[in-house]
Amino acid sequence: MDLSFSAEYEKFRQDVQAFLAASWSKEDAATEPPPDERATLGGAVRSDARATEFRQLAIARGYLYRHVPKQYGGSEGRPDPLEQMIIAEEFKKAKAPHEMVGQGPSMLVPTLIEHGTEEQKQQFVIGTLLGQIRWCQGYSEPGAGSDLASLRTRGVRDGDDWVIDGQKIWTSDAQHADWMFCLVRTEPEAPKHEGITYILIDMKTPGITVRPLRQMTGTADFNEVFLEGVRVPITNTVGKRGQGWQVSRSTLKHERALIGGASINRRVFDGVLMMAMSTQLRGQTAIKDPIIRDRMVDLEAKLRASEYHGYRQLTMSARGEEQGMAGLVSKLYSTQLGYDIGMLAMDVMGDRSALGNGEPDAPFAGMLVTAYMWSLGVLIAGGAANIQRNIIAERGLGLPRDAAASRR
Amino acid sequence: MNFGLSQDQILLRDTIHRFLDEQCPTTRVRQVMDGPSGHDPELWSGLVDLGVTGLYVPAEHGGAGLELLDLALAAEGIGYNATPGPFLGNALAQIALVEGGDAALQAQWLPKLTDGSRIGTFALGEPDGQWDPAKITTRAEAGKLTGTKALVPYGALADVLIIAAHDHDGPGMWLVEKGAAGLASKDYVGNDLTRRLSSVKLDETPGVKLGGVKAVGRVRDAGCALTAADAYGGCRRMLEMAAGYSKQREQFGQMIGAFQAVKHQLANLACELEPALSLWWYAAHAFDRIQGESAHRAALAKSLLTDTYDRFARDTTELHGGIGFTWEFDLHLWFRRAMFDRGFLGDATDHRARAADLAGW
Repeated sequence: MDLSFSAEYEKFRQDVQAFLAASWSKEDAATEPPPDERATLGGAVRSDARATEFRQLAIARGYLYRHVPKQYGGSEGRPDPLEQMIIAEEFKKAKAPHEMVGQGPSMLVPTLIEHGTEEQKQQFVIGTLLGQIRWCQGYSEPGAGSDLASLRTRGVRDGDDWVIDGQKIWTSDAQHADWMFCLVRTEPEAPKHEGITYILIDMKTPGITVRPLRQMTGTADFNEVFLEGVRVPITNTVGKRGQGWQVSRSTLKHERALIGGASINRRVFDGVLMMAMSTQLRGQTAIKDPIIRDRMVDLEAKLRASEYHGYRQLTMSARGEEQGMAGLVSKLYSTQLGYDIGMLAMDVMGDRSALGNGEPDAPFAGMLVTAYMWSLGVLIAGGAANIQRNIIAERGLGLPRDAAASRR
Repeated sequence: MNFGLSQDQILLRDTIHRFLDEQCPTTRVRQVMDGPSGHDPELWSGLVDLGVTGLYVPAEHGGAGLELLDLALAAEGIGYNATPGPFLGNALAQIALVEGGDAALQAQWLPKLTDGSRIGTFALGEPDGQWDPAKITTRAEAGKLTGTKALVPYGALADVLIIAAHDHDGPGMWLVEKGAAGLASKDYVGNDLTRRLSSVKLDETPGVKLGGVKAVGRVRDAGCALTAADAYGGCRRMLEMAAGYSKQREQFGQMIGAFQAVKHQLANLACELEPALSLWWYAAHAFDRIQGESAHRAALAKSLLTDTYDRFARDTTELHGGIGFTWEFDLHLWFRRAMFDRGFLGDATDHRARAADLAGW
């Protein structure tokens, strides 16, 4: 066990720093990116011409997209999580564009590399990596949430096209996306897991309507997508017809990794701590209240545990070890912790938790109310917590699959 | 950067597990706990031969000269097997000598506490629940100690007791030998049947000083990390028992582990346990290598892991249904060990308050 970086890695860090000093100037870092309304779920990420030029240099140096083969626009580096951590740290310090975030780069690209045709890889991967093609995910439907495989959006073969009708929901970024990767029922007679096809849909195709979905926080970060007689070439099928479920599994696996991170919890926790140290609650600073103080430390212990768990997972990946249970619990642990941190924020606000975001009389103008509400959204996104529990019990502890769920 | 065990550490952990699986089944645990002393000299000498009693002791005093993390891996194995005996107190007495003893005292006692010819223990807490070295009331004047210490592991059995007390320089530790004038130790009726706790009274009892306030704090931090590791081992065992039982026991025509209510209860436990492992690893590692963080992380690990242990004890007992509530079934051995771990060195609330102070909150 050694939490410092060895000389070899320190040398690597210096190389990254030298590259950044030469390729991304202080002026670049200070320049406001051109206004880009096509922000993604992960926040606004620069994808203007200067950022693209820089990313291409960084790919050529082997710093970005190491998991993507060179022939499709990645850098195909040695998988080394510690080097990747150093790259992320140094790029952040230099305010340089890192890998694009969102469902295209993190979910679609790995799926295409695993299951796509050569033409699909050539057409989509590099544009997605550079932020020129943006994606949304057409999975959930009003009647198909946790039981995703019961989805009913229908695709009928007509000559060289699919004709698609149905409705998708909870579609992040649909209003900004160029393309959607979508699960469609194409074999209505087959058992539910065997009748689904994975199809790429150009969002400009006639018959698509995107309607923003306002959530409980008051803002609209998701959409409903209606598909009416949408014609898509058969060549946009990823994997074999009827095997979309298997294809999508590899994508979902990547989404869990995306949501499992501890860093959002740290940010919110530090916000709650700052509030507790500066807000008066019943005649004293909130942090001096013995109950607030006790709960604050309890969550600090859990937060540290999840951060160190991340170090452990990183080490396991670097050693090429199977993560097993360590990997299965990450998402549930961190979303549950986020939920508890959200509740603590409300208790630090005390009676003023009745005041909303933007109210100047609320501590921190009620900013943390939104974090409190979002902690529920995160708990549900990418597989509700109870679904995670099934996965942990079945794959991690070897308990039998629910007989009813595997039958229907 | 590397946050994982070395090959040597994995070998050490597996060797201890194998030894205890073979030599310390619960049938033997039950014999020892029913005996008068709660100590099994034969089992202890097996641990001595295996090197478990010398892991943290420097090589020149007959030990392996390893770090607290290595010792904590042994504590995990001890906890997993509900191993009876004076491992914890003996280890803390050794750490006290390493941290605070001068060369002569170390040379006099460390080899004996390593080769099993003497057993040591550590006495910090006092009857009013006080474990803060700055606030304890036992006094040392002219090398004579007076006061009462509470929750001392195997205080009646131990040959060498490391007593935390105050003199004109503030908190410190004194070494007292069994049979010293004015020393009276008595085993409590404890909840943990596998590890004895004693009260120790000192009345003008002669002792030799070793180390001041910093050394006492170090020993307490080490104790927190070791207790957390013991708790983790116990949790892991109880989770295995409950998951195993849920795959055997049938009700309503199917194994109970197929019911989602049971699955989710087990999944919640598994989910709590995995990251908690990393917290006590870190606490032990910080004790060895990142001393500025050591006290805070030890407090976090002790509070989180012992709370988790309690939760595991209650949930896994519930998951076993009626059988889990019987004396005959082994689960209560760990249920009761959890009650030792929660109290020894101060409870979770106490350590959370301390962590908040240490963080400057």
